[in-house]
Amino acid sequence: MKQVYMDYAASTPVDSDVIKSMMPYFSKTYGNPSSTHKHGRLALQAVEHARKQVSSCFNVDPETFLFTSGGTEADNLALKGIAFQHLPKDLGKGPHIITSTIEHPAVLQTCKQLEAYGYSIAYLPVDETGLIDLDQLKETITEDTQLISIMYANNEIGTIEPVEKIGNIAHKHNVLFHTDAVQAVGKIPIDLSKLPIDLLSISSHKIYGPKGVGALYHTKDITFDPLFQGGGHEQGKRSGTLNTPGIVGLGKACELSQKRLKKDISQLEQMSDYFIKRLFEIESSTLNGHPTKRLVNNIHFRFKGIEGNALHSLLDEKGISIATGSACSSKKIQASHVLLALGLTPEEAISSIRFTIGRLTTKEEIDYVLPIVKESINHLRSISPLWKSNK
Amino acid sequence: MNQEYTEIVKDHFFHPRNVGRLSTPSGSGTVGNPSCGDVMTIDIIVENNIITEAKFQTYGCAAAIASGSMTTELIKGKTITECKKLSMNDIIKQLGGLPEEKTHCSNLATEALQKAIKNYQKNSLL
Ligand SMILES: Cc1ncc(COP(=O)(O)O)c(C=O)c1O
Ligand code: FES
Repeated sequence: MKQVYMDYAASTPVDSDVIKSMMPYFSKTYGNPSSTHKHGRLALQAVEHARKQVSSCFNVDPETFLFTSGGTEADNLALKGIAFQHLPKDLGKGPHIITSTIEHPAVLQTCKQLEAYGYSIAYLPVDETGLIDLDQLKETITEDTQLISIMYANNEIGTIEPVEKIGNIAHKHNVLFHTDAVQAVGKIPIDLSKLPIDLLSISSHKIYGPKGVGALYHTKDITFDPLFQGGGHEQGKRSGTLNTPGIVGLGKACELSQKRLKKDISQLEQMSDYFIKRLFEIESSTLNGHPTKRLVNNIHFRFKGIEGNALHSLLDEKGISIATGSACSSKKIQASHVLLALGLTPEEAISSIRFTIGRLTTKEEIDYVLPIVKESINHLRSISPLWKSNK
Repeated sequence: MNQEYTEIVKDHFFHPRNVGRLSTPSGSGTVGNPSCGDVMTIDIIVENNIITEAKFQTYGCAAAIASGSMTTELIKGKTITECKKLSMNDIIKQLGGLPEEKTHCSNLATEALQKAIKNYQKNSLL
């Protein structure tokens, strides 16, 4: 059976050049990059070369990037690293960190944990397109505020936040600005030499690199507490033996993403415009998120009267991989926090699905998927008590 | 599929039996509500204490659809007393099993059925 992958926001296939670049670092150049003998020095060279590849992708100096085990760790390190420099009792009443209600769990759950430790967190709401309100941000900042963390682009609905404006507001108030750019890299040009961003998280497996590796960008004068105590790797900011092959893969993936950026963007834009236009042909279909300020590879729709998980199962059976906006918990369906934050009703949230396309997606694949999606929706609507009664 | 569904579940999910509403049901029952996700409606026609016709509709996952389909298949030709005894586990057994986190979906079908039977009994008292 034909297999069609349309879940690139969840993960991407590793590019063959990336695999090639990694191969020598498993069993040929296997030394510990911290060792001072030749085996170690060769590995260190590879790590430092990768650091250059990553940093030049963002037009900044290599020492501004440290390697992590992925986007999740980079987010945790940015938030806890800044927060833990002060005990909550030594701070004013806050908010100490300002974030949004639509962040990835790597940020949201970290904030919840910090709250449990006594830090005060403000969660900014978003409008029906997923954008935060800049005036509200300004009003929420106090002299106790240490950090603002707002994602570059949302992983579910693809909405792109006004990071430049957010950073300018933050800096005007002497507040640090962290952004989770995991989904933005490779789809939006990001020049960190020009942007008012202090900390930025990236992840390799979303940009055709290997899983389990990422990086945190931090401006040179920034100090933060490490998450791990250990051998003091990465200037003491992130202990743990460096993952040489993973880091080399991330470096290569960044280099390729920079090289292909224009081509990738125009190709993805063309295909998602076409996909969106064709999905609108389906009766009672609505695009979730922002009509224009959205990631070029994100197609997030809701279809009245159908249940997203059932549609997911039907498409899965036909070899088509997509994502839904809800997870089934033991008692009832848990609608996505992002979709509810947009103001969607639980029913609307549950009837939503996400397609995310990528480098390997073809127009033929989209044309193959469309009639199957239509057929599946018709099938589910014919069973649904919420369909005819809604018309 | 995302969950490990049996061939029987898949069959009833892709080709559900008895979908729709009855125009003059002896009883009907709806459980769940759209705001929390799952809805199931079952209509029955009862003649001489035997269910002769049944239809269902659901807004739910694959397991809910298969359960509605299986339940309506099972009750046709059975007496009200037999149908009252039908439990969630009976449906799951007939479906060849359901993933643990999907058992509540078949509960939706048995609850809708019990509600339809109660509704029939109330109607027949009138
Ligand atoms: C916006 C966002 N942040 C963080 C992460 C976590 O990254 P990783 O999978 O590398 O830990 C993801 C990926 O799921 C993401 O989409
Ligand atoms: S209907 Fe609730 S998850 Fe199956």
